[in-house]
Parts: sequence; C-alpha cells; structure tokens
Amino acid sequence: MNLPTLIACHECDLLHRTQPVPSGQTVRCCRCGAVLARTRANYEERILALTLTGLILFLIANLFPFLSFSLEGQIRQITLLSGVAVLYSQGLWAVAGLVLVTIFLAPLSQIVGLLYIFIPLYFRKPAVLSPVVFKMIQKLRPWSMMEVFMLGTLVTVVKLSEMATIIPGVALYALFALVFVLAAVTAGMDPHRFWQQRELQ
Amino acid sequence: MNVSAISSRKAAMIACHDCHLLCRAPENPGAVPARCPRCHARLHTRKVNSISRTWAFSIAAALFYLPANLLPITHTVQMGLPRSDTIISGVLYFIKTGMWGIALIIFVASILIPLLKLVVLFYLLISVHCRSSWRPRDRTRLFRITEAIGRWSMVDIFAVTILVGLVKLGVVAEADAGQGALFFAAVVITTMLAAMSFDPRLIWDALESDDA
Ligand SMILES: [Zn+2]
Repeated sequence: MNLPTLIACHECDLLHRTQPVPSGQTVRCCRCGAVLARTRANYEERILALTLTGLILFLIANLFPFLSFSLEGQIRQITLLSGVAVLYSQGLWAVAGLVLVTIFLAPLSQIVGLLYIFIPLYFRKPAVLSPVVFKMIQKLRPWSMMEVFMLGTLVTVVKLSEMATIIPGVALYALFALVFVLAAVTAGMDPHRFWQQRELQ
Repeated sequence: MNVSAISSRKAAMIACHDCHLLCRAPENPGAVPARCPRCHARLHTRKVNSISRTWAFSIAAALFYLPANLLPITHTVQMGLPRSDTIISGVLYFIKTGMWGIALIIFVASILIPLLKLVVLFYLLISVHCRSSWRPRDRTRLFRITEAIGRWSMVDIFAVTILVGLVKLGVVAEADAGQGALFFAAVVITTMLAAMSFDPRLIWDALESDDA
C-alpha cells in the first residue's frame, strides 16, 4: 500500500522522489520551500545527551530559588511556579492553567517522552508505544514556551529593578541554559528518520 | 530530490498527517477513513474541516481581542497608591519612564502580533475561498511566519505571572492580575488553534483544476 520512494510536501502536497540524503543537510520543497528532511550525524546520541542535560536543568530550574525581590527591608523569594499558585489563588485558574501547561507540563512531558524513546533507541531496542509517545512530543511542541517565559522574566526584572532590588537565583541561570538546550533538541530532531527506523523494525 | 509536477492528491495518494508516509488513497472515499500502515493515524487528504475550524477560532480570537486590550491586566498597590493597567496603558507608562525596550517588546508581542496574526489568517481564508492563484509561495511563507511568531504573544502573560508571584509584600507593595489577562490568554489559545487548523496545502489546491 505504501510507496517508499515518494514523499509529498506537508505544506503544498507536491510529490518528490526521495534519495538518500547526506548527513548534515536540509532538504527543502522546491515549490514552497518547506523543510522536507533534515539529517544529522549521530542523531540518537545527540538527542539523548541534550535531553539528559535538559532534564537536569529542568529539575534545577524548578527546585532552586528563581528570583528574590527586596523592598523597604522586606524580602520575598520565589520559585519558577510561585506565580502560577498566586494566579490560582486570585481566581484566574484558566490563566494559571495555561502558564502551568506552557512552562511546566509541556516541557516536562517532552523531556520525559524523549528519554523514553531515545534511551532504548540508543541501545538499539525500540520502546513499547514509541510511535504514540513520538506523536505526543510533536503535538506538544508548540505549547512548550520556555524561551517566551525567559523574555517575560527579563521584562519583569527590568521593570521592577527601577523600584526594588531583584536578585537572580540559580533557577534563572538553569532556565536560560534550558532554553538553548530545548532549541537544540528541536533543531536536531529528524522525524523522517524516526519513522523510517520504525518501518525497518 | 527529483520532482514530479503534481501533488499527491492528483496522484490519488494521501500523505499521513502524523508520519508523512505516502499511501494510496482508498477506492471509495465515502467509507470509513483508512489508517496509515506505519503509524496507524487516520488518513485524510487535507486537515479535517480546516476552513470552518480556522474561521471559528479566528472569529473567537477577534472577539476576545477587544476585552483583552480594554480590561486591566494588572492591579498594583505601591506605598498605598493603587494603580490599574491595561496593556496599552502599560506600554505608555514604559515610554513615559524611558524604558523603550520594554515598551517595544510589550507593544509588538501583545498588540501587534495577535492583530497581524488575525489579519493574515482572515486574508488566507478569503484567498483560499476565492481560489486565488496569486503568489502561493509567498502566502505559504506568510502562513509559516504567522504560525511561528504566535507564541511570543505570551510574553505579557508570563511577565504578569512573575509580577504577581514576586510582588507580595503586604502594605509595602502588592500586585494582582486583572480580568484582561484572562481574555488575553484566550486570544493566545484561539489564535494558536486557528493557525494549527489551517492547512497550507489548500493554497496550492487552487492552482490545480478541480476535475480530477
Ligand atoms: Zn512544498
């Protein structure tokens, strides 16, 4: 039923005949310019290493102090999710929920899901249900917004530094590094290769 | 890669939406949708009800856009002085106090991006409806950019979240989120869902005759 030598562009539906792509290259649709395939050397090892780093950074970002705010001799120290709890207590549970999903649940599920797939893959043993988990990761990606949260943090820090003293915590630095690690994971993913490997198994 | 000049739809094939495997279209399209042999997703030639879903989410977003901008997004009290800010009054406050960078970030992320995103989505919907054949490559690129920048609208929601978490010092300083934040969150969610529902392949379908 399937025709493995042909692929259709997912953005304009034009048919292309596939050829093996040398690693490190990006193949684009010749009609609309969409990225059709992106190959990377040592892709499994790279994703696994990045994701493990990401998990450690994510834990640090959530367990250690994020920011401290001192004004008139009073000090308040918060963690990454303190604001979510305050929003919830103010009755804005929908906003609290959206923030919880975009800065905690979606990135965490992505990291855990990637480890679930790529640890067995590294040892050449496919994980059970890995297609389901892989699709979940792909669908969650737009809802994981760590880099936007980083910019929001910057805005608030600059804004408040006019009136009070803001002390950055360890979690802020971990968050900063995590943004780059997650971007590298996204850039290094090769869905085409993942599905081709499933086919061979 | 070698290129044929036809789309998979013309060649009676369906590319799986989840794993992109190319499959032969079922003989009788009216029957139960076939499933992808590789990942078991249901096969559809185009995203299901793409146009009507994109319209619905875009109109909802346009309706939420007004209260999001008119209602206060924060209520703050500093040294006994209460103050309520909408997104626009916040931007004006930053300009007045000389924080140009912050003013620009908030203006672009909260006012300009949602507005541009809605204008682009409405334009794409109308152009697909009229079966326009004008610069499909640029319209696809426009869609791609629109889809990618939408997430940055969340900057203000995150800034408010950190503000209310941080500024909790009783009589000295206090910050609360306003109802505007709720509508603004709704704008972000509905515009993202609208972009996800739109199928850019519809732009290219107009270039092919419909008799196949
Ligand atoms: Zn294309």
